[in-house]
Amino acid sequence: MSYLEYNAKYVPSGLRKPLYLNWPIVLLLTAVAGIGFLMLYSVAGGSASPWMEPQVKRFGVGMAAMFVIAMVPIWFWRNMSAMAYAVSLVLLLYVEFFGSVGMGAQRWIDLGFMRLQPSELMKIASVMVLAAYYDWLAPSRTSRPLWVILPVLLILLPTLLVLKQPDLGTAILLLAGGGAVMFAAGVHWAYFGSVILAGIGAVVAVFQSRGTSWQLLKDYQYRRIDTFLDPSNDPLGAGYHITQAKIALGSGGWTGKGFMQGTQTRLNFLPEKHTDFIFTTLAEEFGYIGASALLLLYALIIVFCVISALQSRDRFSSLLTLGIAMTFFLFFAVNMAMVMGLLPVVGVPLPLVSYGGSAMLVLLAAFGLVQSAHVHRPR
Amino acid sequence: MRRPTRDSGESLRGISRRALVLGAAQFGFMGVLAARMRSMQVEEAEQYRLLADENRINLRLLAPSRGLVFDRNGIPLAVNEQNYRVVMVREDAGDIREVLERLRRLIPLSDEDIERAIEDMMRHSPFVPVTIAERLTWEEMARVNINAPALPGVQAEVGLSRAYPLGSDTAHVVGYVGPVSDFDLSRIDDQDPLLQIPKFQIGKTGVENKLEKTLRGSAGTRRIEVNALGRVMREIDRVEGMPGSDVQLTLDAALQSYVEARLEGESAGVVVIDLENGDLRAIASAPSFDPNLFVRGISTSNWTELNENPYRPLAAKAIQGTYPPGSTFKLATALAAIEAGVLDPEETIYCRGFVEVSGNRFHCWKPTGHGNINLHESLKQSCDCYYYEVCQRVGIDLISEMAVRLGLGQRYDLPLSAVAEGLAPTRDWKLKVRGEEWRIGDTVNASIGQGFVLASPLQLAVMAARVATGRQITPRLVRAIDGIEQPSMSDATLGLNENILRRLRAALDAVSNHTRGTAYGSRIVSDDLRLAGKTGTSQVRRITQEEREAGITRNEDLPWERRDHALFVGYAPVEAPRYAISVVVEHGGGGSAAAAPIARDVLLQAMFDGPPPLSAYPANLRSQIEAQQQRIKERVAPGSSTSGRA
Repeated sequence: MSYLEYNAKYVPSGLRKPLYLNWPIVLLLTAVAGIGFLMLYSVAGGSASPWMEPQVKRFGVGMAAMFVIAMVPIWFWRNMSAMAYAVSLVLLLYVEFFGSVGMGAQRWIDLGFMRLQPSELMKIASVMVLAAYYDWLAPSRTSRPLWVILPVLLILLPTLLVLKQPDLGTAILLLAGGGAVMFAAGVHWAYFGSVILAGIGAVVAVFQSRGTSWQLLKDYQYRRIDTFLDPSNDPLGAGYHITQAKIALGSGGWTGKGFMQGTQTRLNFLPEKHTDFIFTTLAEEFGYIGASALLLLYALIIVFCVISALQSRDRFSSLLTLGIAMTFFLFFAVNMAMVMGLLPVVGVPLPLVSYGGSAMLVLLAAFGLVQSAHVHRPR
Repeated sequence: MRRPTRDSGESLRGISRRALVLGAAQFGFMGVLAARMRSMQVEEAEQYRLLADENRINLRLLAPSRGLVFDRNGIPLAVNEQNYRVVMVREDAGDIREVLERLRRLIPLSDEDIERAIEDMMRHSPFVPVTIAERLTWEEMARVNINAPALPGVQAEVGLSRAYPLGSDTAHVVGYVGPVSDFDLSRIDDQDPLLQIPKFQIGKTGVENKLEKTLRGSAGTRRIEVNALGRVMREIDRVEGMPGSDVQLTLDAALQSYVEARLEGESAGVVVIDLENGDLRAIASAPSFDPNLFVRGISTSNWTELNENPYRPLAAKAIQGTYPPGSTFKLATALAAIEAGVLDPEETIYCRGFVEVSGNRFHCWKPTGHGNINLHESLKQSCDCYYYEVCQRVGIDLISEMAVRLGLGQRYDLPLSAVAEGLAPTRDWKLKVRGEEWRIGDTVNASIGQGFVLASPLQLAVMAARVATGRQITPRLVRAIDGIEQPSMSDATLGLNENILRRLRAALDAVSNHTRGTAYGSRIVSDDLRLAGKTGTSQVRRITQEEREAGITRNEDLPWERRDHALFVGYAPVEAPRYAISVVVEHGGGGSAAAAPIARDVLLQAMFDGPPPLSAYPANLRSQIEAQQQRIKERVAPGSSTSGRA
């Protein structure tokens, strides 16, 4: 399509824009956040404070931000991508150096009304910059080694910074989110294949080297791996959290113990019950039915995002929507897998449900970008 | 300026393919999540639910209330007393030190108490109540309650603790309880979970110890919900335990207290047996101690004092103490000889003050000798030579056999600590234990209850009871458990010739009622209440020839621990015996002077079930007895409230 063609097609403008929002996603997000409010009310022992009330306010702010971002044309956001990435990177470096020296190893910047975690911003900025990069890059060059190295560097730079904090969860999200955008952009299968093979090789090497002269990890790191593989080895140490989380989840049964009746939650056996482990409270109190309902809502959000991406007419919108959907997916998939004992505990919150300002605002802003792409699609 | 995004149909189709692949991968993973969720929440739910309940539900034991101990008339000897105590919860108190200082102005607390309390509180979780002070008076309790607003975190509680209303009077019989110790746990084979409760009180001595299982009852349970820190959130349910059984003893509390009072100043043991059924009416050991001190945790100074007292207050002399029975043993020697047919009660034997046996000279207590003397006179005047002669005819084995028949040399099955077995020696015994042949001199010594013979006051009382009744009186201490009467086993006959016993009893009657009897001074003048008995004086040292030549040293001139033991066994009334008694006064001197008066007073007290009229005493003693009764009355009256809180 040429520039003219683009213009010839109808792109919603002005006050008509809200009509073209992806409303199903808005409703699904609200539903998920609503479940979050309910759970925060429950884990506080039937009280709006200290968690539910601020969360509702942040959700309001986040939704407003989402609408504002959605109203701004998507090409503006594409042009801002590099800037967003650069700002995020600078902030990340800032907390890396000043945060650790002057502020006691904190990962956030105090904005007065909220604490901003640059790593949260980076999750979206990296997706944006990659989508913009592949939008700019001629499709024929996509798989050329030189043009593959550049996005790989764009991903690895913040990943390494985050890993140093150390925040394994965010690092995984950055790596997998960026990788997903590259994959969707059409980078050759072989690159991914070799990376996966190398990864498997590394894991095998790490385990094979244990106890030999060329041991790759320190002993305590192996012990952590052991704890993940068998939490009952260390029931009062690191294994305690995951053991208690699994008990809470499993004891929910089909229908759960009832709202605010979760014994594991109410009696404080669950760690981090309002943040990373909130899913176990849901599973305990509403059982398999409640937990799979939330999974279904998440799945529907992914479905609507993928549909929206498939409908997009430009690479940036498509890749951005896919990348954000992937990041969102990684959030809840890693969190759920973690509390079920399928993955090690890496500290990823349950999106829109776990208590926390940065993650919620950044996620809603990201969905603002998805909406913007959806609204400004030529029809 | 609006810059159009680059567009290419081919590349968009590529993106769509890859997007579908990504979407499929995502759904695949979500499928895994859903499957895992299902297997945990549906297939394995039961197991996880169990784990969750294990997490939150704690089983706590409820200590049952301990059974009470009563005397035969229902007077309480061991009770569960309300114990007012003050506990404090750290997290509610704020400034602990400040609150404790305020508390100190209301109830007595030492610096040590305060330091211990603070240490205790810091060691436990902040919500755990720590006991600050126990056994407060009602007034102190009220003061704490009134000032509650100024004492955050301080709570006044009521618990049960063991108390012994008669205090030292029943200490050796009832015993006392104390917190279960590691030593107790290692010693007793008892799986009762109650013993795992910290500071759970179990019987340490006496009836409390021997009837522990009867008195203890069984544990109740309380299921409570706790949170991850162990804080109790609520009680789920509660099953009350079975309280312990009440025990009624055969003791007569009034008589027991009287005896303890009467023995004041002596180191002695007295046992009174009811001749109808073998009931132990009184088992007194003096001096005694306050068992309530042990329940509270005895102080070092009190403990040292009890332990170093030469009169040994902690020893239950009436039950555990064994003494050479002295002349009281002549009953066994005489009966054995008559039963064996080697002695005619009318036969006279000449006493010249000593007897030579295989080169050794054995002396009578009366250096000038008794002259010609028969059984009756030998008992009445307690001639020794008569028995030196008689015992050689019958031999030690038959004497020992008779002693056992009369109740010596055997351990009675009573719920008391360390019931003594005593010793009725035989040839075999000496060979086995000492590795030496029995010599004739041993028999001569044994015939008058010296040498190897040992008996406890309890056994001597049984002997008196058996002689008095001709029945096989067996002592009984537990009258009823939970109101169910326990069997008495005192009906069987001894199988001794009643005519011979009658002669023996006549002699015992003469001992205290004939002017030349050894206990004439301790007679009871009311004719229908007459006392019969036998005195005994047992040496605790050898009298050397030099001493004998220098004239026998009077007991009063010897240091206390070298004086003779004074003994008396007897019963009353002579015509229809109701009570038998034994009295042993350690190093008391002569039996007739030190032991017989005690027996007389105690038996009169028992027969009158209270202080006897002075008319029962010989006229010359009445003013002295009156003073004594007054003194004892004063001691017993405050004594009934010795359980006052410390």
